[in-house]
Amino acid sequence: MEKVVIIGNGIAGVTAARHIRKLSDKKITIISAETKYFFSRTALMYVYMGHMKFEHTQPYEDWFWKKNKIELVQAYVEKIDFKSKTLHTSDNRDLEYDQLILATGSQPNKFGWPGQNLKGVQGLVSKQDLDLLETNAPNNKVCKRAVIVGGGLIGIELCEMLRSREIPVTFLVREASFWDGVLPSGESQMLNEHIKKHHIDLRLGSSLREIKGEEHVQSVIIEETGEEIECDFVGLTAGVSPSIDFLKSSDLQLGKGILVNRYLETNIKDVYAIGDCAEQREAIGHRRPVEAVWYTGRMMGETVAQTICGNRREYNPGHWFNSAKFLDIEYHTYGWVFSDKNKSEDELHFHWRHSSENICLTIAYQKQTNLFLGINTFGIRMRHEVFDHWLSEYTSIDYVMEHLKDANFDPEFYSRYEHQIVDSYNSEKGKNIQVRKRSWKRILSITTN
Amino acid sequence: MRTVDRSMALTGEPPKALDLSQKLATLVGLSGLGILVLALLNIGFSHRTFWLMASLSAITLGTIWFTWASYAHKPAGIKNDGVMFKSISSRGFWGWVSGLLLTGFYIVLYFYPQYLGLVKDGDNTGLIALFDPLSKVLSGNPASQWFVYGTLYTVAILAFGIKFLYKYRHNAYERLRTFSVMFFQTAFAFLIPEFMARLNNETFSLPYYDLKNIWPLNYYNFERYRVNSFIDAGDIGLALLIFGVLSIFVITPILTYKYGKRWYCSWVCGCGGLAETVGDPFRHLSDKSQFAWKVERWVVHSVVVFVTLMTTAVIYSYLGNATSEYWLTKTTFLTGVALILTIVFAWAMIYKREQLKKDAKYGAIGYFIIIIALIGFHFFSGDGNVFLFKSETLRRTYAFLIGSIFSGVIGTGFYPIFGSRVWCRFGCPMAAILGFQQRLFSKFRITTNGGQCISCGNCSTYCEMGIDVRAYAQKGENIVRSSCVGCGICSAVCPRGVLKLENGPLEGRINSKDVLLGNDVDLMDLVNSKK
Ligand SMILES: Cc1cc2nc3c(=O)[nH]c(=O)nc-3n(C[C@H](O)[C@H](O)[C@H](O)COP(=O)(O)OP(=O)(O)OC[C@H]3O[C@@H](n4cnc5c(N)ncnc54)[C@H](O)[C@@H]3O)c2cc1C
Ligand code: SF4
Ligand code: SF4
Repeated sequence: MEKVVIIGNGIAGVTAARHIRKLSDKKITIISAETKYFFSRTALMYVYMGHMKFEHTQPYEDWFWKKNKIELVQAYVEKIDFKSKTLHTSDNRDLEYDQLILATGSQPNKFGWPGQNLKGVQGLVSKQDLDLLETNAPNNKVCKRAVIVGGGLIGIELCEMLRSREIPVTFLVREASFWDGVLPSGESQMLNEHIKKHHIDLRLGSSLREIKGEEHVQSVIIEETGEEIECDFVGLTAGVSPSIDFLKSSDLQLGKGILVNRYLETNIKDVYAIGDCAEQREAIGHRRPVEAVWYTGRMMGETVAQTICGNRREYNPGHWFNSAKFLDIEYHTYGWVFSDKNKSEDELHFHWRHSSENICLTIAYQKQTNLFLGINTFGIRMRHEVFDHWLSEYTSIDYVMEHLKDANFDPEFYSRYEHQIVDSYNSEKGKNIQVRKRSWKRILSITTN
Repeated sequence: MRTVDRSMALTGEPPKALDLSQKLATLVGLSGLGILVLALLNIGFSHRTFWLMASLSAITLGTIWFTWASYAHKPAGIKNDGVMFKSISSRGFWGWVSGLLLTGFYIVLYFYPQYLGLVKDGDNTGLIALFDPLSKVLSGNPASQWFVYGTLYTVAILAFGIKFLYKYRHNAYERLRTFSVMFFQTAFAFLIPEFMARLNNETFSLPYYDLKNIWPLNYYNFERYRVNSFIDAGDIGLALLIFGVLSIFVITPILTYKYGKRWYCSWVCGCGGLAETVGDPFRHLSDKSQFAWKVERWVVHSVVVFVTLMTTAVIYSYLGNATSEYWLTKTTFLTGVALILTIVFAWAMIYKREQLKKDAKYGAIGYFIIIIALIGFHFFSGDGNVFLFKSETLRRTYAFLIGSIFSGVIGTGFYPIFGSRVWCRFGCPMAAILGFQQRLFSKFRITTNGGQCISCGNCSTYCEMGIDVRAYAQKGENIVRSSCVGCGICSAVCPRGVLKLENGPLEGRINSKDVLLGNDVDLMDLVNSKK
């Protein structure tokens, strides 16, 4: 029987294992150091906030693995001998494989800041980080102030977490406006306001110079102003990078991550890499070569399972989509909407914002053709299938406007804004588009094809 | 393991700590309960009306104040911070204390009402006496233990309903639904029956009737004394009796077809109303394991079989043999029941076999048990005897086991231990019947939003019915489950906007997928078509 070994029990590794099991009888072993059972990394914040217990973050009950004949090994892989196809673990076990999938995920970035290894300084990626946070910042007596460095998605989550225990938080964001490398300015602006409303001391245009302290962190210095902020905790959330240190002295070709071709194959036969740790040799479309998001890990897992089971397939992700939640504001995106900094001249934006609520959207379209490129919504949920379909069908922004009601995914009885949005669009563009009623027929023709 | 301090103290660190305002509010609310306890201990209050009003107002105002203190200073949004740390909501000390107190209260209420002050012939004492003035205003009669219970129940739904309304102030679905249960409880369960009692006199008498309480939840609706008094009450009574029959056979199926069982379970029903308001802090305590799901299906469907047989037996026992008295005789009745069951069974087996899968077997078992029992009734029943039992014994057993122990003592008493919908999930025959229909013949579903799920688990955790919502969502599959009461909380707590409760065409309602939206379309087609 062929032995498939997977390193990493995150979404990428586990999805691969599940699909291989569906397609074959191969012996499947997942080795992972962090926890015995798969848990949802995206849910770590809710454990600290008391919304869930850690066991709630585990998507499958413990019997699931045995029932599906997926062997779980909790161990850290120290070395891989690709010639003899053997893994060596830190507790001195050797494991052989016929096919190996590397799904080792990410670790927090540390940019060599002075003091970055002091006690009370940490990132938030792993279960161990969560436990450490419980020691470093259990309450606002032990942790009188926290400083979070890096204005991305994990950064804002960490702010929200600490605020749930009423710990004063200073949030250092290098950019002039929160996440404005990704979001258009109107949206980024709305989030700035919302962050402040949650009593988070948001410092825009501020980066970290150094972390001071004897053994334990005592303060940080801001690069731009030289200001010193006293604190008991520093959260480093300036992005993540592939977790590949243990592979560095091997024959495996590495870039920022483990280099793979479109088939998710590395330079070594029978070795594949998926999820956060994989780096595409050539970026796919507008996607980045390393994509550290949940969905891409899952999609790579789905794909590599086919290849391993004899149906060699390219990794060919569909239209980009993503979602997040910024404190109380939900965010959906479909297709590509680039930030003011990164967008090309051909990409135009239509932006609408509610006069009082935290609701807004931005639709990107092509200047010459009016082709719909993508949408960001804040405070409005959108139907994934509908936008995916519109993107595939190369619809125009006018069509999207006309059928916007088909795409709404808010709960029943929520206020609806399509008319306001389209009115604003009409008056801005001198058009006369009438919003059509939602049609189940149209929606179904998309979702059940 | 993380160490979460589960000390008894109401203090501690945020978010589990209570601030001063919340503490004072708790004190006010408890003082309202304190008055009731004093009354229970037979402290003779001289101004009963005053003290009763003081008590109920303190409970209500305390709750509202607590609500305000908890949420007013925070922006609208999900308010689950610290739920797993608070002793009351995480099976900690206070959780167990309140569970025991509630359970004790139910035992006394159902089985020892004399300790509450019920006096059969003569003036009430104690707690029940405290409620006499209010009862007299409403129905003209002195209070009973049921009046005390009904009043407290209504006050609880109203006060905690306000809390819920404010907690979910950003969510129109939750708000409307809560206004609805508050209205139905106050008007239909509390006021209307009391006013109806006012109409009763020596020549005209209607039984106590909460119109929204439908058989089989209202398992006693077709008992002899009720049917007799409906019939004796002339046209109005007859209309009510017919309404009772139509409720389950016509109104319910139509509404469930259009909206799912939520129209009843989380918009109208009183048990649901309490679970959604008072029970809200405990909703996450429901068991999500597959094992629990298995137990649920066996238990709840057994209750359906039980209630069907019991009701049939009870009605059967008082029907006559000859057609001269009523057109409905023992034989026609049994044949009718068998016929209805056979039609439903045949329909499900012929048209819905696909969807039933394994459950088809259990459905068949249930069906045949009932049919055999019906045949048994016919051939082996003597006078007053049904089959081998007395129908009265069957009725009493049901009332005791299901009506009191299950729905009251366990169903509500154990809120802080098993979650708020134990009764609705494991015991309620009405929910099971509506659920059967919801699964097979309803436009309702929870749509999963393409590939957006991040498997975080909020939805499953906060599903009071113990449905592992995530198991579906992370497969991109819609949730079509008989037990879902459509509370909408999974959708509300989902941080990625993955879930939408909606009514739509039957086509495409159940969709199972292996590869989710977002990946290569050809791969999706390949894998999903192989299924
Ligand atoms: C706090 C947080 C919030 C997030 N929120 C979102 C979100 O909302 N949406 C979204 O799309 N993405 C989110 N992400 C990103 C997302 O979680 C990741 O992209 C995804 O989990 C990556 O999955 P993976 O399977 O590639 O790797 P991982 O989940 O990181 O799993 C890799 C596993 O491999 C183990 N491992 C590594 N090396 C070894 C070794 N040598 N031996 C043994 N085991 C090893 C690691 O310990 C780890 O358990 C978030 C990430 C974090 C940290
Ligand atoms: S599935 Fe959702 S709507 Fe249904 S009962 Fe559970 S939480 Fe409520
Ligand atoms: S709450 Fe939403 S994102 Fe989280 S598991 Fe449920 S459906 Fe998925």
